[in-house]
Amino acid sequence: MAEKVATRDAYGNALLTLGAENPNVVVLDADLSKSTKTADFGKKYPERFFNMGIAESNLLGTAAGLAAAGKIPFASTFAIFAVGRAFEQIRNSIAYPKLNVKIAATHSGITVGEDGGSHQAIEDVAIMRAVPNMVVLVPADGEETRQVILAAAKYYGPVYIRMGRLAVPLLFGEDYNFEIGKANVLKEGTDVAIMANGLMVSMALEASEELAAEGISVGVVNVASVKPLDIETIVRIAKQTKAIVTAEEHNIIGGLGSAIAEVLGEKLPTPMVRVGLKDTFGESGRPQELLEKYGLTKSDLVKAVREVLAKKLR
Amino acid sequence: MTTMALKRIANTLRQDIISMLVTSKSGHPGGSLSAAEILATLFFREMRINPKDPQWADRDRFILSKGHAAPVLYAALAEKGYFPKEELQGLRQTGRMLQGHPDMKKTPGVDMSTGSLGQGLSAANGMALAGKLDGKDYRVFALLGDGEMAEGQIWEAAMASAHYKLDNVTAVLDLNGLQIDGTTESVMCSSPLAEKWRAFCWHVIEVDGHDIDALIGAFAEARQVKGKPTMIIAKTVKGKGVSFMENQAGWHGNAPSVEQGEQALTELQEEALTLG
Repeated sequence: MAEKVATRDAYGNALLTLGAENPNVVVLDADLSKSTKTADFGKKYPERFFNMGIAESNLLGTAAGLAAAGKIPFASTFAIFAVGRAFEQIRNSIAYPKLNVKIAATHSGITVGEDGGSHQAIEDVAIMRAVPNMVVLVPADGEETRQVILAAAKYYGPVYIRMGRLAVPLLFGEDYNFEIGKANVLKEGTDVAIMANGLMVSMALEASEELAAEGISVGVVNVASVKPLDIETIVRIAKQTKAIVTAEEHNIIGGLGSAIAEVLGEKLPTPMVRVGLKDTFGESGRPQELLEKYGLTKSDLVKAVREVLAKKLR
Repeated sequence: MTTMALKRIANTLRQDIISMLVTSKSGHPGGSLSAAEILATLFFREMRINPKDPQWADRDRFILSKGHAAPVLYAALAEKGYFPKEELQGLRQTGRMLQGHPDMKKTPGVDMSTGSLGQGLSAANGMALAGKLDGKDYRVFALLGDGEMAEGQIWEAAMASAHYKLDNVTAVLDLNGLQIDGTTESVMCSSPLAEKWRAFCWHVIEVDGHDIDALIGAFAEARQVKGKPTMIIAKTVKGKGVSFMENQAGWHGNAPSVEQGEQALTELQEEALTLG
């Protein structure tokens, strides 16, 4: 079993690197710094850390002002509060003037677990993706998170970074290379490809291995950059496999699956099956149990692959 | 600049507001006219700015949190020389720089995009925090509306300005008493405002928002206040300077017709004659 690290922990560490490298990096939180893992930055660079209290609208609005005055603010809270409570501050104070704010949201998806449906953002990618000027990134593991955070800091403009609470397997080493706007083909396949992001990537790799034993060749593409989307790679892989499964810990409406369906619908209509939450809220429970209950496991991916293969052969 | 000169500028801003709204056939006259003295005093006396260098890192910042009053800001920026006055006639027209609400990406001199009420003070705080971090002595001014006092984010931001001791933030409240649906008292009572802001640990100054000397004094006082932000509550008249617009909620967001514009300009030109 691979070592596991929560993407939020990797975020906290990446902030320390950034803090040392760039004096313009500042961090804001809304009374969740121990959970979002911004607290270590706060301890090391107290003068560049602003706890805004439980006031997310003001958190994002203040970040906009800091960015307008030349800072690179990372604004952190749970995904539900950043995108939900402060949507219009993100839209009008950050994205509309294209200010250099990084919205680093943790506790996305149902693997928030016990806190329940009220705290599980399942629509955040859909909402952020629809906002002009916004870059949307969903890292799969600790190393990719580190690279995503550093890339976001280098890029000028608003970025939404979606991270999780749950520890997930480490997939990548330092030789891995994340770039905004690029998908990473982790495994070439000929029969079908799973295009996934976040914690579904490790499951996609496992599903691919299981199916390989049956002689089904399943490619795996990590689409951490939901926006901008790597259209070229997506079309190339779809051309190769002629069947696509998408996988995300997000509502089936508006997220990664939708983004890929939009691209393929226009460029290369391809049989698809989307794995995600089936337009339903989550609930309280252990993360693993919830993933099973809501159909976000390796076996759900295996099932989806069989389903899409049947469509392909029709 | 002398008080009389600032009065003349306020009059000019009002004339420009009327003429640009007549041309654009849309926009918000009432809350633009009420803020003419406030902007004249800020842009032509109080603020450290350079129209030749709108992005100057050490400049004072101005945020029009009540973004619908964009015409008065545009009039002030044009008068100050940020862009040619002819641009004012492009207000709200396709492809032109003067958007219905301030857009920092399109208009030189606009420090923050605003328009959705309640968001300006948070941005002011962010700029002020950045200034303190960088050891810069620039100041940040935000003009708020009284209808806007109903927005929760204003009070979140008010708390934060005081918490972070942002004495480089000066807010001005354009207390004209009217909003779209009627008086602020009838729509959503926000009084007592001075007490509220004091309770949020701000230094509060109450002035007549059309009295240039009082405004000059209030800004001078704000500059001396250390360790806390200052709120200048400026009592104003919505639609000030145009007889048929004064104290009429109906003139919040309707442009005058050509005839109404002519009458308004006549009144303002007559006033200008009294200003030497």
